[in-house]
Amino acid sequence: MIKAIIIDDEPLARSIVAEYISSLKNFEIIAECGDGFQGLKAIQEHKPDLIFLDVQMPKINGFEMLELLEHRPDVIFTTAFDDYAIKAFDSSAIDYLLKPFSKERFLKAINKWEQWRHTKPTGEGDFSNLEQPIQRERVVIKQGSVIKIIPVSEIEYLESADDFVKIHTKSGSFLKNKTMGYFEQTLDPNHFVRTHRSYIVQIAQITRLDPYEKDSFVAVLRSGVKIPVSRSGYPRLRSSLGL
Amino acid sequence: METPYSTKALAISAIISCLILGAVNTYVVRSFGFSGQTGFKDALVNLFFWVLGALMIGNTLRFYFPRQNRFIFLGGLILANSAIWTVITGFVLPYWLQNIVGYKAFFEQSLTVRIAFTFLLFTAVSMLFAFLYTLKDQQVSEQRKHEAQELARQTELNNLQEKLHPHFLFNSLNSINALVAIQPDRARLMVQQLSDFLRGTLRRDSDLWITLDQELEYLTLYLEIEKVRFGHRLQTEVEVSAGAGSFQLPPFILLPLLENSIKFGLYDTLGDIVIQLKANISDKTLEVNISNPFDSETAGQFKGTGFGLKSVKRRLHLLFGRTDLLKTSIKESIFTTTVIIPQNS
Repeated sequence: MIKAIIIDDEPLARSIVAEYISSLKNFEIIAECGDGFQGLKAIQEHKPDLIFLDVQMPKINGFEMLELLEHRPDVIFTTAFDDYAIKAFDSSAIDYLLKPFSKERFLKAINKWEQWRHTKPTGEGDFSNLEQPIQRERVVIKQGSVIKIIPVSEIEYLESADDFVKIHTKSGSFLKNKTMGYFEQTLDPNHFVRTHRSYIVQIAQITRLDPYEKDSFVAVLRSGVKIPVSRSGYPRLRSSLGL
Repeated sequence: METPYSTKALAISAIISCLILGAVNTYVVRSFGFSGQTGFKDALVNLFFWVLGALMIGNTLRFYFPRQNRFIFLGGLILANSAIWTVITGFVLPYWLQNIVGYKAFFEQSLTVRIAFTFLLFTAVSMLFAFLYTLKDQQVSEQRKHEAQELARQTELNNLQEKLHPHFLFNSLNSINALVAIQPDRARLMVQQLSDFLRGTLRRDSDLWITLDQELEYLTLYLEIEKVRFGHRLQTEVEVSAGAGSFQLPPFILLPLLENSIKFGLYDTLGDIVIQLKANISDKTLEVNISNPFDSETAGQFKGTGFGLKSVKRRLHLLFGRTDLLKTSIKESIFTTTVIIPQNS
């Protein structure tokens, strides 16, 4: 049997997926979840083959929920047309279903997934580029069993740390398994600037620029932390500060 | 000629001026011992070319009146027309009246006076035209400015009242799609509610005021649909104090606030929520409070939903010229939006 989980905050939206699935012989719904936290728990517990995932949900959205998973199941998004750029799905998700969708359209998505599943090289889905296609307002982090939501305004600076990015805030620092390039692209460039290969700083946190050795600078933050500014980062920082 | 003054009034003044000028001219020539007929002919020629000169000046200014060096241009125009006038009358009059004894000598003696008078006359005419056309220019640009402002205001008002979120519509249709199979009667009810809501949205004219009761009827449809979508998670309480129902308000002011409140409440918390709408009369104005629970720890993430509030604030400003009609407050974990609607009469 193929194990499926439905994650959607609207009960009727879950019931229509459940109804469509019930006509498939070898499919089994092992959980229905009303938010991303329940979804996370259910996925870790049941290790489903396929999930049907809504994007807009309470507290954390569908993309953020996926970010928190170490092993991602295969995903078919179910969403109403909204701010999320539909195009962004094209390259990354197996399929996306626009609500309301017909049973024919649903079965097409299932077929697409089954074909894809048989041809893919490894056991795990390649969702490396399954990213939230909009500018971030918050970063979701998992520490043990605790999920923390950090509004981007609370981020002082980001520092690269091997395969992770260390997010420094007033209330401590947190690791996130993303790249610096990813954060550079998704954080609002009006508020964040990459001063160095290994550093992204919130512009409002900078109190002054001190010269450091020949031709280079350090940015001093409100908290007193000194952030290196590279030769290529300096012009970027200057234009961000409006100098 | 299009001027702020009516063409008819201008034509009458011009004809009267011509008659007076002609009469004075005839009288002056006669007073130098010539016959009335000679005086009349002298006046006729002068007047004919004065009128011609004035029309030329008027037409020139009508089609070309530079913004810079206006006085130099006007001076040149006056001098050129005076010169042309002098040359033509200086040729026509002595030739036409060559048989009148002593006329040629009289003409030559009076030439300086004729030129001076013509110069003054053309100066006056130029000033008059310049004044009229400048006035007209100003009026046109004033009107254009006014029209542009009004258009901008209307467009802004139209844009600000986001009539319908596609997200809401598609999700409602999705709910109906699910209900058709499991609860056909409820599906039918929801189709009806959604249709009534959409009709209400389409029918409304942003200039028309409606009563709170009418608005609540519309909002109730919206709330019922949302309750079907979100199930038991969403509960609503509506309280209207006695008499407030007949107070007036512009349409589409409360809907964005309610949408905002529901979105904020549902997406910032995990449990069941209660959305409250309370309407009171306060100091002869209508006061509406809409509140929702939220999580103060993660509320930062909801900066983005401020647009609904901002657009309502802007609309209230455009409608009433006041910026203090929309307020938000936080008490414990309840977020409240307060809107005050001044009453017309």
